[in-house]
Amino acid sequence: MRHLLAIDDLERSDVEELMELTDSFLEVSGREIAKVPALRGRTVVSLFYEDSTRTRISFETAAKRLSADTMTFGVSGSSAAKGESLRDTVRTIEAMGIDAVVVRHASAGAPQRVAGWIDAGVVNAGDGRHEHPTQALLDCYTLRRRLGPSLEGLRVAIVGDVANSRVARSDVKALRLLGAQITLVAPPTLLPSSLRGWPAEVAHDLDSVLSDVDVVILLRLQRERQSEALFPSLREYSLRYGMTADRARRLGPDALVMHPGPMNRGVEIDAEVADGARSTITEQVGNGVAVRMAVLYRMLASGGTDV
Amino acid sequence: MSAPGPVDGPASDDAVFHTRVFDADDLRRAHTRIAHEIVERNHGADNVVLVGLYTRGVAIARRLAASICTFEDADVPVGALDVSFYRDDIALRSVQPVGPTEVPVDVADRTVVLVDDVLFTGRTVRAALDALTELGRPRAVQLAVLIDRGHRELPVRADYVGKNLPTRTAEDVRVRLHETDDSDDVVEIWGPVEEPGRSAGDRSSEGRSSGSRPS
Repeated sequence: MRHLLAIDDLERSDVEELMELTDSFLEVSGREIAKVPALRGRTVVSLFYEDSTRTRISFETAAKRLSADTMTFGVSGSSAAKGESLRDTVRTIEAMGIDAVVVRHASAGAPQRVAGWIDAGVVNAGDGRHEHPTQALLDCYTLRRRLGPSLEGLRVAIVGDVANSRVARSDVKALRLLGAQITLVAPPTLLPSSLRGWPAEVAHDLDSVLSDVDVVILLRLQRERQSEALFPSLREYSLRYGMTADRARRLGPDALVMHPGPMNRGVEIDAEVADGARSTITEQVGNGVAVRMAVLYRMLASGGTDV
Repeated sequence: MSAPGPVDGPASDDAVFHTRVFDADDLRRAHTRIAHEIVERNHGADNVVLVGLYTRGVAIARRLAASICTFEDADVPVGALDVSFYRDDIALRSVQPVGPTEVPVDVADRTVVLVDDVLFTGRTVRAALDALTELGRPRAVQLAVLIDRGHRELPVRADYVGKNLPTRTAEDVRVRLHETDDSDDVVEIWGPVEEPGRSAGDRSSEGRSSGSRPS
């Protein structure tokens, strides 16, 4: 694996191998000294053109637990703010001798462009409305930890702002790759204009699917990406699509509730549900570090020559 | 006892079967003897932890623990150690971890017996020592191997040896265990087709005899 740009680039066996690798890194993460020397002497740079605290810290924690050196290139205060092009920025960073770049960018396809310009490995940490592959991998991993290694036939509802969500796009592809059945639940205004290429069913009424799903993935309402009013009010959204305590009670007894974070408590999800037994939200964060360790290890530990 | 003959295995290139070294009975005798040696040397088994190196080392460690259980009133804990992240060739080839490290007890102040199937260059054991150190500070670390095939590249020595087996570097020592390989228990030497006129004179015998090395 030379780069991780999109779930689209992966085969089912790649995802399964990464999941198995993640088991080893979860064990490492649980140690008193959570560090192995696997990537000693390697340098991983976070190149973040969009605000993100949790993803950046998750990647940096992952790199440090593998003993790689890490650097952060944020936009504010850097030369990008002075007008330097992405290409020049990336070339400059590469000239410093780095092994991998973790890229987050507001434009879909930016990590792919970066991968074409440099020899270092590139990980997509979210590009516009396109993909967020490591989030999808950690969601799959979290489900495997909870439910066992096979997700075949698992019924998953992805609820909310699908149109603006790169998490939804990656989740659908990854979960489908592992055999899950996906239903997108959203008002028509929050669904993509075309659902071609989305191997999923669509529903507009959350209440009608509650009793038929094993997992509900709630998406964050991305108000920063919405240029117009797509629903009447937050309260109205929450009434129709929020995971309230009442809705959670109508889920199957073992159904799980996931959220990629950051949460808008009281909008997509009630605090009571977010902190309840069905919620995997905290596990998702912990598993995220282990999954990112697996990705970085796969890219850098074997010279990137295989798979 | 299984019929002699080559076992199936991932043939490295065009390796052919050379000799069978151990059959299932030989293997049982070897680990029974090693089990006794471990208990004798440590004056009992109370403070001993057996830590197998993935994959076959773990199976052998379990056998040793089961064996000790039959003659000593002790339930010896067994762990599994993955050394991948500590290997020195991690940047040179694809090193994939086999499974998560799992050691059920705190190794601090205990005697850890590392268990592996074949001792060759010593690099795996070096990596294992690093991996083990991160779990705690054992009182002592000992090494038990089924086969010592020579060709050490690091100053590593086993405390318990099933059999010292002179080999050529081109040869492959194949340990097959029913727990891990869907095969009868055997140890065999595989290697290149013997060229006429070439003897086994370059075998690394290093003047050792078979059996346990005096410790």
